[in-house]
Amino acid sequence: MIEPQDTPTDQAAPALPDLDCAPDVVMPEVIYEGDNTIVNIGPSHPSTHGVCRVIVELDGEIVRHAEPVIGHLHRGIEKMAENRTYLQVVPLTDRLDYVGSMYANWAYCRAVERLAGIRVPERAEYIRVIVCELQRIASHMMAIGPAGADTGATSAFMYTFWQRELVVDLFESLCGARLTYNYVRPGGVSFDLPDGWIEKCREFVAQHPAAMLEIDRFLFGNVIFRARTKGIGVLDADDAVSWGASGPVARGSGVDWDLRRDDPYSVYPRFDFSIPVGDNGDVYDRTRVRLWEAIESCRIIGQALDGLAEFEPGTIKADGMPRLLAPRPGDAYDHIESARGSLGVYLVSDGSVRPYRMKVRSPAFCNLALLPLVSEGYTLSDLVVILGSLDPVFGEVDR
Amino acid sequence: MAGVDDLAKALESTPGGGIILTSIDAIADWARGYSLWMMPMGTACCAMELIAASFSKFDFDRHGSIPRPDPRHTDVMVVAGTITHKMAPAVKRLWAQMPDPKWCIAMGNCAVSGGIFYYDTYSVVRGVDEFLPVDIYIAGCPPRPESLQDAILRLREKVRAESISPSRVRAVEGVLPLPGDPLRGETADAAPEGSDV
Repeated sequence: MIEPQDTPTDQAAPALPDLDCAPDVVMPEVIYEGDNTIVNIGPSHPSTHGVCRVIVELDGEIVRHAEPVIGHLHRGIEKMAENRTYLQVVPLTDRLDYVGSMYANWAYCRAVERLAGIRVPERAEYIRVIVCELQRIASHMMAIGPAGADTGATSAFMYTFWQRELVVDLFESLCGARLTYNYVRPGGVSFDLPDGWIEKCREFVAQHPAAMLEIDRFLFGNVIFRARTKGIGVLDADDAVSWGASGPVARGSGVDWDLRRDDPYSVYPRFDFSIPVGDNGDVYDRTRVRLWEAIESCRIIGQALDGLAEFEPGTIKADGMPRLLAPRPGDAYDHIESARGSLGVYLVSDGSVRPYRMKVRSPAFCNLALLPLVSEGYTLSDLVVILGSLDPVFGEVDR
Repeated sequence: MAGVDDLAKALESTPGGGIILTSIDAIADWARGYSLWMMPMGTACCAMELIAASFSKFDFDRHGSIPRPDPRHTDVMVVAGTITHKMAPAVKRLWAQMPDPKWCIAMGNCAVSGGIFYYDTYSVVRGVDEFLPVDIYIAGCPPRPESLQDAILRLREKVRAESISPSRVRAVEGVLPLPGDPLRGETADAAPEGSDV
């Protein structure tokens, strides 16, 4: 385990930059009076971003209450982990957050390493940071694009998905899989970087910020998108904290909290990066925070690629790793900043080769719980946009 | 489809009717095979590859396979992802809402057999073929978009071997189940039992 060094504490959170675009359209307030109607959305509905069922109580077109019904993708991963050895659990964690598999891999491996007292080589830590920041970009592309699609701007999805495909290609050349990587393992990573990968990664990082700024201009500067998302689904900072929101959902509300800086893990203290924070807590800020995070991720990847040269290639696995891990009885919890927020894994060991209990603290679950709070009083069509901005991944919500 | 069935039977018994029937078959199969609209029943990880398949890099629109979220517009249901016992009634109901003729593609190991979730779990249906008549199985966890592309092309071969007459059965090599599978008719008419949707 690498101890945090020279933690940057005085980094001020930068506000999102102003955009030069047309003034906002203020939508007229519509008031309905009458009996409430119950409308059922899902569990198979394109706007629920997965298999979520939402029971909506409507007054005219205004949402009075929206109740998410979860569990349609409950696969019992936590229970399954109790019947797998520590190494066999890693592929299961891939299927938790399937938009960002690397995070669940990493959070689980950190918990195992803490439990068993494994020291990870620094080269492996750098590679983990690189792949996880690439994963953050890929995951945010799946949040920004659908935000455009939900409001009718399908072309934005095409642009963001192209960027995601570039990341997926990088991962494919790294570990052979497009989606479920099984790459981060307890004690290190499974393969070293292949020949020419660093150059390909640098090419991606060089072109990505420009692509993001283009989307910033044509999506976030678009007058229709602004009218549909500004002032919609407002979540204030106190509520965000008390409901346990994390990640871009909390940061969009002005909560300046990011585990990479505030509870530094791995080699993050060595990098210079900033945490974008919104201030209105609406759909617009939540989504735009993701876009600027993707640009910041490019900075981190660039620095990590530079730092990687110091370490000898091939030193990617911890020394003396047994074939079958059997940690001493005890428990361990570790968390990382995933694309959706603070993702934690709690492991209990009874001294055998299998975990006695695994519990996943899922940011998507906590963020989805906010839906009744943030959607109340907005229209049904806004509910779709609000649900998308919370960016739930149901593999992780239902586990 | 009752009217079409009656027409096919009447044609078959008249002299020269077989030639007319095969001509109609050729036109119908050509039309059906090139516009297999998809019902994207994406529940889990495979849904990401299903989305990737319809976007810029793979572009399924060129095969005539356009994803439509409304089951009443679609010809082929692509079950992409794990189906849990809680989700199964909804899938069954959506399948019942699709108009005939319809086909089903089981995409990924979870839809094929439960895959990684076959053992040690209590909530997963072990393969979508427990309650749907599957035409094409795609292995992989998740399969690449190219595999789905191959499945659509294979399904087109299968569609082109089908007839509007239920009595005309032609075998297709390598694709299961064969046309005229009794399961196809049964499930299509089954009422969604125990559905809470």
